[in-house]
Amino acid sequence: MTEPLLVFPDPPPPELVRTLDLGGYNWKAVGSAQEPEGRWLGAVVAVDENPEDAFGFCRSLNRRGLDIPVLLLISGARLDELEMRDDLYTDFCLTPFHQRELEARLAHLVWRSGTALRPELIEYGPLVLNVETYQATITGRPLDLTYMEYELLKFLASSPGKVFTRETLLSRVWGYDYFGGARTVDVHVRRLRAKLGEEHAGLITTVRSVGYRFGLSRWER
Amino acid sequence: MGSSLIAPLLSHKREGHFASCQSRVSRDFPDCERFVNVTNGLALTTGGGALWWSPMEPQKDYVLRTVEERGVRLIRLWFTDVLGQLKSVAISPAELADAFDEGLQFDGSAIDGFSRVQESDVLAVPDASTFELLPWADPEEPSGRVFCDIRNPDGTPFEGDPRWVMRRSLAKAAEMGYTFYTAPEVEFFYFRHGDPDQPLTPLDNASYFDLTTADVASPLRKRTITMLEAMGIPVEYSFHEDSPSQHEIDLRYTEALSMADNVMTLRLVVRKLALDRDLHATFMPKPLNGVQGSGMHTHMSLFENDVNAFHDAGDDYGLSKTAKAFIAGLLHHAREITAVTNQLVNSYKRLVAGDEAPTFVSWARNNRSALVRVPVVKPGKESSTRIEYRALDSAANPYLAFSAVLAAGLKGVQEGYELPPEAAADLYTMTRGQARTKGFDELPMSLSEALDVLEESPLMVDVLGEHIHEWFLRNKRAEFAEYRREVTPFELRRYMNTW
Repeated sequence: MTEPLLVFPDPPPPELVRTLDLGGYNWKAVGSAQEPEGRWLGAVVAVDENPEDAFGFCRSLNRRGLDIPVLLLISGARLDELEMRDDLYTDFCLTPFHQRELEARLAHLVWRSGTALRPELIEYGPLVLNVETYQATITGRPLDLTYMEYELLKFLASSPGKVFTRETLLSRVWGYDYFGGARTVDVHVRRLRAKLGEEHAGLITTVRSVGYRFGLSRWER
Repeated sequence: MGSSLIAPLLSHKREGHFASCQSRVSRDFPDCERFVNVTNGLALTTGGGALWWSPMEPQKDYVLRTVEERGVRLIRLWFTDVLGQLKSVAISPAELADAFDEGLQFDGSAIDGFSRVQESDVLAVPDASTFELLPWADPEEPSGRVFCDIRNPDGTPFEGDPRWVMRRSLAKAAEMGYTFYTAPEVEFFYFRHGDPDQPLTPLDNASYFDLTTADVASPLRKRTITMLEAMGIPVEYSFHEDSPSQHEIDLRYTEALSMADNVMTLRLVVRKLALDRDLHATFMPKPLNGVQGSGMHTHMSLFENDVNAFHDAGDDYGLSKTAKAFIAGLLHHAREITAVTNQLVNSYKRLVAGDEAPTFVSWARNNRSALVRVPVVKPGKESSTRIEYRALDSAANPYLAFSAVLAAGLKGVQEGYELPPEAAADLYTMTRGQARTKGFDELPMSLSEALDVLEESPLMVDVLGEHIHEWFLRNKRAEFAEYRREVTPFELRRYMNTW
């Protein structure tokens, strides 16, 4: 498991902590939505202690565009407070919760996060490629790529450190029978380097008389 | 759909059963009538144009997606008229998908070289592979540009479209198994203003390769390069050229159609950035008396798949038979293509002896007065074997000019022309008579002479197509006629007080 779950409030209710720890989840409790930087698998929000703050927290997650699934823990007596707040949560679990139920809902939340909601990203150092939206950024700055430049970069960045011959790149990125020959690959690598800018042009290295490599090899890292 | 359609198309071409393609395509993909029609003109009538067409459907999706994700507000559809002027029409993102599918209809009669007798409507069909965001656009309101192919309302390629001329020439090369790469060295001048009625003011008096404070345009040139690179146009070198305020930007080689697009982009970027600084950039071939003008020496090579078809390790010059025949073709047809490579009245003021411009039809390895030069290739860099055509100037229409040099060279390869001996002597110093007796033909000395040769050239009718060949002659003859009527300062200076 890579990214942690966000848990609100800080400290969270002890029975929630126990379930998370027993389930082996990586999590972090926060007191406000301003704090968390980075990427999160999802959020678990215990509403009962301070409902206003809890819904405020959910709203600020939305505002920040985190787009992560949110599980509410809420007592049956407060269910009517969910009215008109459908946009703030993905699922809820009644408190006091049954431990097995919460485990099941957490598992489902994480599954959602992994498949439906989380965009598929390829990341390497400063470079991030969003496979769904076709967008690429370098140190947060959008890279304006043409389709073939994007496809080439995606292919290379999917296997950092691996050396590809020009022929392999040609057949895998352009299609097995592309007429242009491997010169096409050289031309596009040049264009990519130009767009990456001087500072990052070295992300794609030329391996003499073999081909090209993205990032460092395993031995150099 | 795209890749699965292109694949059988290509493998059939390879096996030499091109004619069966159309039936095969319609049989296997009965629902893609339109696509077949689109390729029709390119792939089936000329036998190869589609080879450059990467599968378009994913490319279009990619562009539409990018436009959406980046919040692009405006898409500029770019195309080029017959004279080489960039034209643009802007559409909103909502129109883009339709433009991809059906093209954007407009009245072509106002565009130079697009007018015809009966039918004036044409379609601009964006080439998705050329979509780029404009780096100078307001980040809050991003805009993009895409080069277009021009088609007739029935979807067939429009014969007045220079990009189509280029596609046809490249298809011909592909039929022979070649891809054509070019790398131009674009020269231009910066001036304080662009008002022809005021005396021209260069920004400096620096010279070749100067790195001094005299080169005041250096930051401007640097900004230009950064912007070109952001648009995926890699720059090999840039420096201050020989003449005051003259600069050169050398582009890294790429496949010739992209390069022609790049040259069009470069001219716009150079002009625009100069304008942002209240300066004027000009690609006019010879703006100043007495100093050299702006050429666009173009390096070129043919590749057979991955192999440089110009290289032969066993040859004294390192040149293959193909390269020699290609050079021979260039020399043989040089006079015929000159009206296209040097299309202005002013172009011929650059093509004079002594100003590093060629005047005689000749080739050499290390002689910069030759028309075709064979640059020395570093050991181990055999794949960079190339030849340089030095007549081209910065005001040429790159689509037509690249097509013309390619066709001349290929004609040499096809017919197996013999390469004449290398010109050893410095042709600059020769008189016309001396050069003639040594067997060197002369390049046309004026636009008028170049047009006469163009008119009689079956090769150029073939390259340009009848429509452009005829229109170009008519338009340029009119330009020359107007020029002839003009009394020049030279005449006043020379004759006013003596006659």
